[in-house]
Amino acid sequence: MEGMAVLYLFMLAAFTGYEIIAKVPVILHTPLMSGSNFIHGVVVVGAMVALGYAETPLEQAIGFFAVALGAANAAGGYVVTERMLAMFKKKEGA
Amino acid sequence: MALPLYVQAAWFGGALLFIVGLKGMSSPATARRGIVFAGYGMILAIAGTFFIPGLRNLGLMVAALALGGASAWISGRRVKMTDMPQMVAIYNGMGGGAAAAIAAVEFARGSTHDGVTTGLAVIGALIGAVSFTGSCVAWAKLQGVLKRAVRLPGQNALNLILAAVAVGLGALLVALAPARSEAILAFFAVALILGLVVTLPIGGADMPVVISLFNAFTGLAVGFEGYVLGNPALVIAGIVVGAAGTLLTQLMAKAMNRPLSNILFTPITGAASGGEAIAGTMKEVGAIDAAALMRYASTVIVVPGYGMAVAHAQHKVWEMAVLLEEAGVTVKFAIHPVAGRMPGHMNVLLAEAGVPYDKIFDLDEINGEFAQADVALVIGANDVVNPVARTDKSSPIYGMPILNADQAQNVIVVKRGKGTGYSGVENALFYTDNCRMLYGDAQPAIAEVIQQLKALG
Repeated sequence: MEGMAVLYLFMLAAFTGYEIIAKVPVILHTPLMSGSNFIHGVVVVGAMVALGYAETPLEQAIGFFAVALGAANAAGGYVVTERMLAMFKKKEGA
Repeated sequence: MALPLYVQAAWFGGALLFIVGLKGMSSPATARRGIVFAGYGMILAIAGTFFIPGLRNLGLMVAALALGGASAWISGRRVKMTDMPQMVAIYNGMGGGAAAAIAAVEFARGSTHDGVTTGLAVIGALIGAVSFTGSCVAWAKLQGVLKRAVRLPGQNALNLILAAVAVGLGALLVALAPARSEAILAFFAVALILGLVVTLPIGGADMPVVISLFNAFTGLAVGFEGYVLGNPALVIAGIVVGAAGTLLTQLMAKAMNRPLSNILFTPITGAASGGEAIAGTMKEVGAIDAAALMRYASTVIVVPGYGMAVAHAQHKVWEMAVLLEEAGVTVKFAIHPVAGRMPGHMNVLLAEAGVPYDKIFDLDEINGEFAQADVALVIGANDVVNPVARTDKSSPIYGMPILNADQAQNVIVVKRGKGTGYSGVENALFYTDNCRMLYGDAQPAIAEVIQQLKALG
């Protein structure tokens, strides 16, 4: 990625994140924190790439560790967020 | 590296679905759909990654995904709603650890990067590592594994020294790239210790803000490592979460009237910082009188706290509220911004019990109504109704916005014993003339009130 282009990407992404949260009602703060926690679980993709290029046993070990942690972040984040939001949905319909 | 178009497309689709999903999560009506969209995004991004040509260690990769994913999935299914904050903390810490580990692999490979890339890798590794160990401490505190705030001598100086050493070692890694493994090892060790040492002295009451801060940290770490790996999906997801998490942290700190620097550098320690002694005695009330008081009231405001949730009393409380409503009493629920362990946590717990939204009010919405209320029923809440926060400048919770429960005609406090709240500060409300204590575990205590209400008809 080009240096400057990434800088623009950083800036736009930061504003996107700020705007999304700014309008959120307090009742959704906990699920949203959990939801954003899930989204940075995409780190698992980076971990997979790192492990995919690992050569020595040490690199493989750290890479394995990274993928396992990232996968736990993603899976755990999804499950708890979905459980919380499912409760809200039920009440919406009622 | 030039990646095939279909891998790029999968990552792009993933990033798009994350943004759409997060947007959906910002409104109750679309929130559920939002997380499902984001979930599809994750699957798409992971699946696409497998198709990168020349990727090695695929067996290890699948094993790691299965191990991490399955264990977290099962623990996430099982965790109780009251324990949600520490669960979020630990998953978040794992993300931070993963980001730091990515940097470690990059350093170990000695891949020759330019200064900017190495610099971002170092910054990402540092905040990822701090988030990892810090979140582990946050988890241990909220889970009750770690009971007390541990304050080391010269804590603030120690924090600064450790941070300076970590930054110095990081700068060394950039200057010497590719650096020797001793320097890399020392850098990670110091970064991990820094997370521990910074978080250990922070009290449980401040933990929600800290978890939110670490959530933002992990986001940024992921964004920076995304740059190192040349993966825009990681950059977008990481930075969006970093920004959103920072704002959320500010909102929380504001709700508690505790500037972030206060939370990180001068933690609440009740006994040490004293506060004025409180005159008067606590007056007890039985379930019969409590029931009668509420039955013949016109307005009752319920102030639920974390204690109610721990006692699993929210269903009973709602049952009681329904009985009161049937008798013509108006019942409202007042939620302090930091009720529970995270903002909105109490709303989740009440939603679980079936309390409809239109009965739940924020601090700003309801605080003017306490003066007209006949009864304020405080269940398992303490610091958030402590009038000391308004009056006693020497109190550690001075300045925190509180619910004006003391202004109601009568206050009934359901409480297990005479102990202090999470901050360790004595509560002046309990000693006021219009306050009565209903001692007992919240669930049986409210069950008894329900019995008495039924007897009153």
